[in-house]
Amino acid sequence: MLNKTKDKAETGFLASLKDSPSTDEFIKGLWRENPVFVQVLGMCPTLAVSNTAGNAMAMGLATTFVLLMSNMLVSSLRNFIPKQVRIASYILIIASFVTVTDYMIQAISVDLHKALGAFISLIVVNCLILGRAEAFASKNTIGKSFLDALGMGLGFTFALLCLGAVRELVGNGSLFGYALLPGSYQEWVVMILPAGGFFTLAIWLLLFNGFKAKSQKA
Amino acid sequence: MSEKNQSNTNTGANSMKMLQAMVGIGILCALMIVLAFEGTMPRIEQNKAEALEKAIFKVIPGMVAKKTFKLNADNTFVPVEGAEKDAQLVYAGYDEQGKLVGVAVEASGLGFADVLRVLYGYEPEKQQVVGFYVLESKETPGLGDKIEKDAAFLGNFSALDVALDEGGDALKNKPVTVKHGEKANPWEIDGITGATISSRAIGNIMGASTEYWMPLIHKNKAVFVQEKSEQ
Amino acid sequence: MLNRTLNISTSPHIVKGLGTDSIMQNVVWALTPVALFAVYSFGLSALLLLVTTTAACVLTEHYLCVVSKKKSTISDWSAVITGLLLGLTLPPNFPLWMAFAGGAIAIALGKYIFGGLGYNVFNPALVGRAVLQAAFPVAITTWHPAFLANRFTSVSVSTFTIPFMEPAVDGMSGATPLAAFKFDHITASASELAMGLTSGSTGETCALLIVLGGLYLIARKMMNWRIPVAVLGAVFVLSGILYLIDKEVYPSPVFMLFSGGLMLGAVFMATDMVASPITPLGVVIYGAIIGLLVVVIRVWGGLPEGVMYAILLANALSPHIDNLIRPRVYGTTKRMKRT
Repeated sequence: MLNKTKDKAETGFLASLKDSPSTDEFIKGLWRENPVFVQVLGMCPTLAVSNTAGNAMAMGLATTFVLLMSNMLVSSLRNFIPKQVRIASYILIIASFVTVTDYMIQAISVDLHKALGAFISLIVVNCLILGRAEAFASKNTIGKSFLDALGMGLGFTFALLCLGAVRELVGNGSLFGYALLPGSYQEWVVMILPAGGFFTLAIWLLLFNGFKAKSQKA
Repeated sequence: MSEKNQSNTNTGANSMKMLQAMVGIGILCALMIVLAFEGTMPRIEQNKAEALEKAIFKVIPGMVAKKTFKLNADNTFVPVEGAEKDAQLVYAGYDEQGKLVGVAVEASGLGFADVLRVLYGYEPEKQQVVGFYVLESKETPGLGDKIEKDAAFLGNFSALDVALDEGGDALKNKPVTVKHGEKANPWEIDGITGATISSRAIGNIMGASTEYWMPLIHKNKAVFVQEKSEQ
Repeated sequence: MLNRTLNISTSPHIVKGLGTDSIMQNVVWALTPVALFAVYSFGLSALLLLVTTTAACVLTEHYLCVVSKKKSTISDWSAVITGLLLGLTLPPNFPLWMAFAGGAIAIALGKYIFGGLGYNVFNPALVGRAVLQAAFPVAITTWHPAFLANRFTSVSVSTFTIPFMEPAVDGMSGATPLAAFKFDHITASASELAMGLTSGSTGETCALLIVLGGLYLIARKMMNWRIPVAVLGAVFVLSGILYLIDKEVYPSPVFMLFSGGLMLGAVFMATDMVASPITPLGVVIYGAIIGLLVVVIRVWGGLPEGVMYAILLANALSPHIDNLIRPRVYGTTKRMKRT
């Protein structure tokens, strides 16, 4: 499944240089309009739940799920929702899916639920989801909205993983819970504390923007 | 904003449409949540019970069966089925012969970062704490969280003396945390260097909790023992 | 940068040549006795530590200047001060690789990222220490006793820890007077503290030499005397009130003054010219805030020592303090609204 999307991403990336509107909807969230590195949206979960790669992955996938479902529902109801009450409707839809996700995660693992804590419920106020509903799903077809949500969601997950992997490796000497570095490795405790989230995000943004500036110059 | 600007031009039919849309979405969402709740509830309950169960089995060595007891207002214990909210619960553990091997008690108190919740096992025969497990802690990683991981610290709770005095109403010696390497008596908890505050918090929690529970459990020991043999 | 009035006199104007580098040099000289005493009391480990932090700061500054294609600014001595101060606030047996990382972080995150000397919001040495404290909480609170017999011939086992590895524990830890008070309620005598006979961070033990260094700088008008006076005064008054309320629970004001990093912090770190306010009244408020925070953190906080956090917090407040007490422009009303 993961490989499939990756393949799609690679071929899609080349194709999007030409023009292929539907793959572009998918691709843009992964890289060009990456929710974290470019749009800088949804910073609260990005900073708070990226202390380990596992948590980052779970948070990213939970957000992707909510984003997918709400984008599709909003898109399918877009002609039915009067624009005066659209924000209220979107929030209602998003909140419902978050609640559903909350139950599902609890059913999967209590420990995971404990690790993600209050941040699952806070997916409701992740501006990324409301932003996509308002800016994209309310104006586009279900198919396009699905691709948009998938791209944005995976882009968000990718960014969280970037942070989580660095923080867990430096701060705990492990990756996805598996110890990679020798036992005598001195952990940089600060990296798993909230301050480390800011440091790591800043470094990633620096790299990302540096890379972008370079490729634009070239 | 747009709502305000257009409110003057809104007709009755328009508000009707808004109402319809909101109610419709509301019903749809409510349905979704109820379905998800019903669908996942058994799993969630089971997961939570399993997590507690695992902890209970960890703090009472040699137990194979568990029974939950509730503390009544008149300081007697009665067996209860499942989890009861807002009740003070203890968990008795039995070995294969149905013999009482220990009672698990939950305790909580303020740590360095936030409230600490711990579970410990008490063996009425030896009058000792025989097991200890941290249920919930937000202590600093690398420092305070040693109270969960440090083997030497956890070793304190394999035989922590909580013997009662002659009257059976109070502890002879309240458990207390001492500086690392200065443990001299069986009721003292050897602290952790670099996690002084967290390890002392554990000492305080254990001291307060054992002082309250141990006389109660000891007085009602018969209830725990009988309860199993009746079955 | 300096809160000095510009005196305009009639000619001839004689150039006195008081630039950044000459002030910084004088600060280094004022710090030298403190550093020498640190080496005397903690031996070889302390010497290596101070050399490492200083080298780390100077090298990082030079490297960053080269990378950003600017003229190297290491000749203004400010990196040397940052390095020395950082080293003086660390435990003498601190692993050298961590000290090096701390020095690099102090310059890169504490100073250079804001634009270099003159633009730093916080005292760079304290930024480095704060990151080290958060990253390596165990190593930074493992104290070494002072005046060991073999201190000049052998180095503490944790000093030469392999980079990125955990330091070994040598089993010889000495609690600092503040920690001893916080956790076991033992107070050290004031004379011991003033003479630097206790254990603690490399440079914080001898309060007397720190005061001397401060007096030298004040005499040469290179330091704002109001800051240390306000900080120490606030600590003395506040802890004095608490002491009078309950002598059993609270430490004496003299103990508070001479223990921990307060002297070093008040004299050499709170006085950072860039990160402190510029008006005379603002400086007093700033100092009083530091003093208040120090007492609050030490007495009621979870940590035994709070000088570092107190100064960093006050650093963040200092532009706002200046704003708050800015005199009203003549002819304007108190609440001038933008039209």
